[in-house]
Amino acid sequence: MPGKLKAKIVAGRHLPVMDRASDLTDAFVEVKFGNTTFKTDVYPKSLNPQWNSEWFKFEVDDEDLQDEPLQITVLDHDTYSANDAIGKVYIDIDPLLSSEAATVISGWFPIYDTIHGIRGEINVLVKVELFNDLNRFRQSSCGVKFFCTTSIPRCYRAVMVHGFVEELVVNEDPEYQWIDRIRTPRASNEARQRLISLMSGELQRKIGLKVLEMGGNAVVGYLQCFDLEGESGLVVRAIGTACTLDKLSNTYTPATAINPCNSSPSKDIKDSPQAVPSALGCRSTHSSPVHSASSRLSQGFSVSVPTLLFAGMKHRHRSSDGPRARQCRAGFGEEAPGVPLSSGPPTPLRAQTFSSFSPSKSYSRQSSSSDTELSLTPKTARICLSPSSPTLQSKSSPIPTTKALRSTTPPPLHVSQSDTAMLRKSVSFSEDLLLAASGMGSGGSAGKEAGPLKALLRQQTQTALEQREFPFFTLTSFPPGFLLHVGGVVSARSVKLLDRIHNPALGNTRSYKLLDWNSFTADEPETRDAWWEEIRQEIKSHAKALGCHAVVGYSESTSICEEVCILSASGTAAILSSRFMQDSALDTEHRLSRQQASVFTSGAEKGEGDMGSTASLGFEDLMSPGCAFCHIPYDELNMPFPAQLTYCHCCRRYKVPDVLFTTIDLPTEANVTGKGCLIQARLCRTKKKAQGEGNATAISNLLPFLEYELHTQLMNKLKLRSMNALFGLRIQISVGENMLLGLASATGVYLTALPSPGGIQIAGKTPSDITYEQHISNMQKKINDTIAKNKELYEINPPDLVEEVIGSPIPEPRQRSRLFRSHSESSDEVSELDLSHGKKDAFVLEIDDTDAVEDIHSLLTDAPTPPGFYSCNTEIMPGIYNWTSALQMFTSVRVFRLSNVNLTNQGLNKVFNDLCENLLKSLYFKLRSMVPCCLCHVNFTVAVPEDELIQVAVTAVAMSFDKDQTQENGRQSIDKNLMKAITENEDQLQFPLELSAESSSNPLNSAKGLSEVSGPLPSARVSSLEKASPLPEGRSRSLRSNRSYAGSSVTVVKMTPLSFIPGTKIIKYLGIINMFFIRETTSLREEGGVSGFLHSFIAEVFAMVRAHVAALGGNAVVSYNMKECVFMENPNKNQAQCLINVSGDAVIFVRESELEATPPQPHSASAQTSSSGEGT
Amino acid sequence: MRRMSMELDVFVGNTTIIDEEVYQLWLDGHSVSDAVRMRLESDALSECEASGEVLHSDTMDQYRTFQMCERLLHCPSKLANQLLFQIPAHRQAMLIERYYEFDHTFAREVLGKKLSKGTKKDLDDISLKTGVALKSCRRQFDNFKRVFKVVEELKGPLVENVQHHFLLSDSLARDYAAVVFFANSRFETGKRKLQYLSFQDFAFCAGQLISYWTVGAVDNMMEDMDVDLEKEFLHDLKDLKVLVNDKDMLDQHKSLVCYQLKGKIKAFSEMEANFKNLSRALINIASKLTNTKDVRDLFIDLVEKFIEPCRSDKWTVGDLTLFLTHYTSTAHTLEMFRFQILWERYMGVIKSCILKMYHD
Repeated sequence: MPGKLKAKIVAGRHLPVMDRASDLTDAFVEVKFGNTTFKTDVYPKSLNPQWNSEWFKFEVDDEDLQDEPLQITVLDHDTYSANDAIGKVYIDIDPLLSSEAATVISGWFPIYDTIHGIRGEINVLVKVELFNDLNRFRQSSCGVKFFCTTSIPRCYRAVMVHGFVEELVVNEDPEYQWIDRIRTPRASNEARQRLISLMSGELQRKIGLKVLEMGGNAVVGYLQCFDLEGESGLVVRAIGTACTLDKLSNTYTPATAINPCNSSPSKDIKDSPQAVPSALGCRSTHSSPVHSASSRLSQGFSVSVPTLLFAGMKHRHRSSDGPRARQCRAGFGEEAPGVPLSSGPPTPLRAQTFSSFSPSKSYSRQSSSSDTELSLTPKTARICLSPSSPTLQSKSSPIPTTKALRSTTPPPLHVSQSDTAMLRKSVSFSEDLLLAASGMGSGGSAGKEAGPLKALLRQQTQTALEQREFPFFTLTSFPPGFLLHVGGVVSARSVKLLDRIHNPALGNTRSYKLLDWNSFTADEPETRDAWWEEIRQEIKSHAKALGCHAVVGYSESTSICEEVCILSASGTAAILSSRFMQDSALDTEHRLSRQQASVFTSGAEKGEGDMGSTASLGFEDLMSPGCAFCHIPYDELNMPFPAQLTYCHCCRRYKVPDVLFTTIDLPTEANVTGKGCLIQARLCRTKKKAQGEGNATAISNLLPFLEYELHTQLMNKLKLRSMNALFGLRIQISVGENMLLGLASATGVYLTALPSPGGIQIAGKTPSDITYEQHISNMQKKINDTIAKNKELYEINPPDLVEEVIGSPIPEPRQRSRLFRSHSESSDEVSELDLSHGKKDAFVLEIDDTDAVEDIHSLLTDAPTPPGFYSCNTEIMPGIYNWTSALQMFTSVRVFRLSNVNLTNQGLNKVFNDLCENLLKSLYFKLRSMVPCCLCHVNFTVAVPEDELIQVAVTAVAMSFDKDQTQENGRQSIDKNLMKAITENEDQLQFPLELSAESSSNPLNSAKGLSEVSGPLPSARVSSLEKASPLPEGRSRSLRSNRSYAGSSVTVVKMTPLSFIPGTKIIKYLGIINMFFIRETTSLREEGGVSGFLHSFIAEVFAMVRAHVAALGGNAVVSYNMKECVFMENPNKNQAQCLINVSGDAVIFVRESELEATPPQPHSASAQTSSSGEGT
Repeated sequence: MRRMSMELDVFVGNTTIIDEEVYQLWLDGHSVSDAVRMRLESDALSECEASGEVLHSDTMDQYRTFQMCERLLHCPSKLANQLLFQIPAHRQAMLIERYYEFDHTFAREVLGKKLSKGTKKDLDDISLKTGVALKSCRRQFDNFKRVFKVVEELKGPLVENVQHHFLLSDSLARDYAAVVFFANSRFETGKRKLQYLSFQDFAFCAGQLISYWTVGAVDNMMEDMDVDLEKEFLHDLKDLKVLVNDKDMLDQHKSLVCYQLKGKIKAFSEMEANFKNLSRALINIASKLTNTKDVRDLFIDLVEKFIEPCRSDKWTVGDLTLFLTHYTSTAHTLEMFRFQILWERYMGVIKSCILKMYHD
C-alpha cells in the first residue's frame, strides 16, 4: 500500500444552467480513482456551488498512481430521472509522484464535456502521500522525471546520458468496439479519452522502469505518440533518452556552464534510485553489431525506404538510362553494377538470409514466434543499406566477436539505382546523398599521428555505445563537448499493412483491460515492436555507413490511411564524446563481470584504459568548438561515398563537406555567418486509389520519388538563399486515398566552417531557339538577383567570400555542385553539360521539360518573409540574440478542399504550395504588431483527412527581439543575451492584482510575485464572500456588488514550443503535461461551422493546459507540442469530431530582472508551492 | 474561387490576439466582406501589402473570436475569471469598454423609452434614421437593457453600480446611468421641441438629477435605490409655491433680482417685464413634480415654459447665468422664505439643466 491519494472538492463557478425551470443547477461531484468512487453533497440551486468537501482518501498502489488519472465528474442532481453529467476533469497525478516536481495540485480546472466543451470550472485540491518502496521487483517507477524538452533541462546537470528508451502498448480502440453501436457518442469519447490516459500512464511507468534498470533517474526528450489504427486498434508508443540528472543546487548558474568533468560516477549511483544491474544489461551485451543478419530483412509489406543521407550534392541519381552511367561514375563507383539488388556490404551470410526470407508470400499474420511480419514484397524490392544488423534474434545467439571494432571504418555502402528497370519496379530506393562530415577526422585530414589515438577514442566510445541496442538520442541539443561530429541525416521509412488480428482472447469482457506484451500473448504489440525494431536497425546501419556510432535528434512518426501505415524514423548520424557515457562503461563492466562475458569485459577494459587519452583528445577537440562538429566523421581516404570535401574554413585543419543536413538544433557554439531562415520543400503526388497490398505497393513505389524531389527542392532553396547547412530537418510524408503529401521543413544557415555554396545555373535543353535562350537568361538573372537579395537579407557576408562573389553571385565553377533535374533526359545533354560547366562541381538546374520550369518558378515564387520577420523551425535563430520577453505561441489549422478532382501533379503541387505559403503570409500578417520578431520552432504538420482534403496545422512561437542589436559576432554572448530580455514588457500580460491588499496581507501568497498563485487562496476568498452574503443566488444578491470585483484569480500561463523563455530563468520543472482530448458536435452549423468548432476546441485545449499548469503552481509550459490534431467532419449530418494530443513541461520561471533585484532564493519556488498547499 | 474551397481556417493564440480596428468594425455591425473591403481601403494596412485573401482570413478569425467572447462580455466580471481566453487585463478593459460604448445619436433616440420588446422592434427605423447599422443598434439596445436589468434593483449609487458590475470607465458608467435613469423615469424626450437637445445634454441633466434629487444623493446609507427621485423631496417642492402665491414675496424677489442685475445683462428690460412669468413657470414645474406624468414632462416643460420665452427675448447664455444665479441666491434674503435647503436643492439642478439646454 505504498500511496495515499487525497482529493478535496472546494467549489465550482460559472456552471451551466441544467434546470430550465429555475435557471439553476443542483450540482454534486463524483471523485473516482481506480474502482473507488466518492461523492460530494448536492449543492442545491446554484451556478457557483461551494462544496467544501472533506478530504476523499484513496489508498492505492503506486503502480496505479502512475497509470490512472484522477477522474472528477460534475453532475446535476435530478430527483426523478437520471442525473445529468455536466462534464469531467481528468487530473494526471504523476507530477506529484516525484519529489522534485509539484507537491500539490490546487486550482480551477475547466469542466470539460466532449459534446459541449468547457462548462464552468471546478476548484480542486489533490495531494499524494507516498511511502518509499524499495522493492526492486516493483512495477512502478515513481520518481523518474519526464521531460519533453529535447535538451538537458535548464536547472539540471547531466551526470550521465544512458541512451534510448522506447516502449509501446496496444489496445482495441473503443470507438471500434461493438458496444460503440449502442452507447452515446459522449460515452464513447470518454471511454477513449480514459483509455488513452490509462495507456499513457502505463507507458510512462514502463519507460520509467527501463530507466531505473539503466540506472538513470530521468527521461529527456520524451516523445509519446498514438496511432489510431482504426479497426486494428490503438497504439500508444513513446521514445526518449534516459539520463541521470542532478539538480543544480545553485539555480543561478547557467545550466550550460556545467563542467561535465565534475560528475563523479559514485555520486551518480547514489542519486539514481536504484542502480541495479538488470536484465537490460544482457540485452545490450548482445547487441554487438555482428549478427547473423537474419530475420529482420524479410519484409512484410515493408518497403523500407532507406532514405537519404543527405550529402554533398554532387552526385544525383537519375532513373533514366543516360545519366545513369554518369551517375554511377560519380556516385557509386564500380560497386553498383556489381551488386545490383542488394548493395551494401555484401556479407554473404546476409545475402542468403535475405533471399531466403523475402519471398514468403503468405498474407496471414504470422505468429509471434517468428519475427517476420507478413511478407508480401517482391524479392527485388529491397536494397539493403546496412552493413550489419543486430536483431532480436541475436539475443538467443550471443556470439560476440571482435569485429565490432571494425565498424570504425565501415565499408562504403552505397547502393544506387544502378539499374533503371530495377528502380522502377523496386519498392525501395536508396540514394545516398550522403553528406556528412568529418569525423574526428580519422587520420586523413588531421595528420597521421592523430590517427591511432582517435581510432582508440572512437573504439572506446563506440564500445560504450554498441553495448546499447540502439545508440539513439532524442536530444536535439547537447551539453558542451558531448557532440563531437555530425555525419548527416539518416532516415528510414517502411510501408506496412495493418491487419485486423483475430484474437479470440480479446473478448468484450476485457474492453478496458490493457493489453500489453508482458501480460498477454496477443501478437500485436510484438508485431508493432518488431516493425519499429526493424526501422531502428536500419537507422543504426545508416549511421554506421556514415562512420558514426550514434544517432542524435532521433524521432519516429507514422502516417495511417485506411489499412496502410507508413512508419518513419529519422535522426542525425553523429559521433559523441564518451564523457557522458564513461560511467556506463564502468557500469557495463560490473554487469559483465557478473555474467562472466569475458570477451566483452576485455573490450570494456580497453575502453576504460583509454579514458585518459579520451580526455586529452576531447580537449583538443574543444579547441575549435565552433567548427569541430562539421568535420567529417569518416575516413577521407576511405569515404563511404564521394563528397566534395574542403578544409574547414575555420580551423583549416580538418575536412568538411560542402553541405550539411541535420535534424538537431544548431549547436550553440557553432560559428554562423548571418541569420538563418525557414526552408520548406513541399510536394504533392497523385496516387491511384487502391486496396491493401496494391495500395501499399503503389505507395512504396512513390515514396522514393517523393523523397528525392523533396530533397532536390530543399537543396535548390538552400542554394537560393546562399546557405550551406540545414538544421532541424523534419520530413513528413502523409498518405491519403489518392495522394501523397510530402513536407520537409528545416532551418537553413550559413556555417562559417563550410565552403560557400555555389549559385544556381540554369541550363537549357535545346539551345536552338533564341527566345528560349532569352527566357533562360532572364530566369538566370532572376535567380542571381534573388540570391544577391537573400544574401543581403540574411546578412551573409563571409569575409573570405567577398572577392569571389564580386560582380556576380554566380560562383566559380569549382564552387558549384551539380543538380540534374529531369527523369528523362538523353545522354548527349550530359556531355554537353560537362563541356559547359566543367566537371562535378556545377550546380545546374536543367530546364528540359515543363516540370522543371514549374519547379524553377515555384523556387522563385516563394514569397520572402516580410520586413521585420524571421522564421526558423529550430529553437533559436542564429544571429538574433537580444530577445525581448514578448512572446506569442499559436496554433493555426487550415483544411483545403480540392475542388477539381482531376488534378495533375503540378496542379496539386501548386495548390499545396499556395496553401502553405498563404498560411505563412497570414501568420506574418497576424503577428505584425510584434515586429521585429522571429517565428521560432515553426512546426508544420500535414494530413489528408479525406479524399479531397488537405490539412495543414502549424504551431510556433513568435518572439520579439530588439532591433537595435549591436552586431556582435561573438558567440560568447549568446548565452547571456539569449536569456537577457532588454525590455520588460512582460507586464502586458500581468493582470493587475485587484486583491493586492488582501493577498499581501496573506503571508502565504507573498511569494515574490512569482505568479499570482491560483492556489486555494482565491477560492477561500470567494467562499468567504459567498458565505457573507445571506442570499445564495439571484440578482438582488449582492450589496454594492462585491462579486464582480473579486478580481482576476487567473494565473497567466505562458506557452512555448521552445525549451526556454527569453529573459527568464526556469527555477523548477513541475512535471510533464500530456493531455488527450476529444470533442464532438452534432450541431456543427450552430457552433459556427467547422472553423468555429475547431477554433473553440483549440482554445479549450489551451485553457485546459494552462489550468493544469497553474494548478501545479507553474506559470509556463515549455517544449509545448501539439502532437496530433485529427479532424473529421460530416457536414451533411451537421457533425464533426476532433482529437487533439498535446504535451509539454510545466515549469516555474522568474524574470531575470527580478532575480537581480532580489537576492537569490532558490527555495522560493518550493516555498511557494508548499505554502499554497497549506492554504486551506 | 479559391477561398470557397478553404474548408477550415483558424488561428488560436495562447494570448488571444485582438485587432482593435477589426473589433470596431465588428461592433459597428459590418459584415465580414464589408470589413475586408474597408480594411483594404484603409491606409493603415497598406504597408503590410496584405492581400484580400489574407485580410479575409484574418477578419473571419477575429469575428469568430469576438463572437466567442461576446457571451463573456455580457457579464464582464466573468471575463477576468474565465479560463478560455488569456487576455491581458488592459485588453480586457478595452474589449469591455468598446463593447459597451454606444452611439449618442442612437442613444438619443432610445432615451426615455421603455426598454422593451416593443422598442426593439422599432430599431429598424432608428437604424435608418441614425445611420447606425441595425446589428449595432441591437447590440447597443441589448446593452442598455442588460445594464438596466442588473442595476434597476440594486441599492447604492447608480454610477458606481454600473461601474462595478460592468467594469466600465467612469464616463461611460455615467452615460449608462443616464440611460438607465431616463428609461426608469420615462422622461419625455421625443417631442419635436426637444429634438434640438443632444444625448449629452440629457446625460448631463440626468447626472444632475441623480446627484441631487435621488435618495442616494442625501443619504449615503444606501437604503434606497438611486434610480428613483426622492418622493419626499418632490412632495416638499409644493412648499415653494409660496414664492409666487405670496404677492409681496414675489415683488420683493423681483426687485432684489432686478437690483442685482441692473446694468449687468443686456436683456434687462425683457427680464424685468417677464420676471413674474418666468418665476411662476419654474415654481409651477416644481410644485407639479409629485405627479409622475409631470415628472416625465420635466424637460418639455422647461423648454416650453422657460427656455423658449428667454430665447425669443434673445437672452444670451451670460444673461441667463446671471439671472438664475441671482434668482436663486436672492430668495435666501427673503425674510419670510423658510425653505432654503429645499430651494437650493431644486434650483441648483434646474439652473444647471437650463444652462445646459439653452442652445440652438
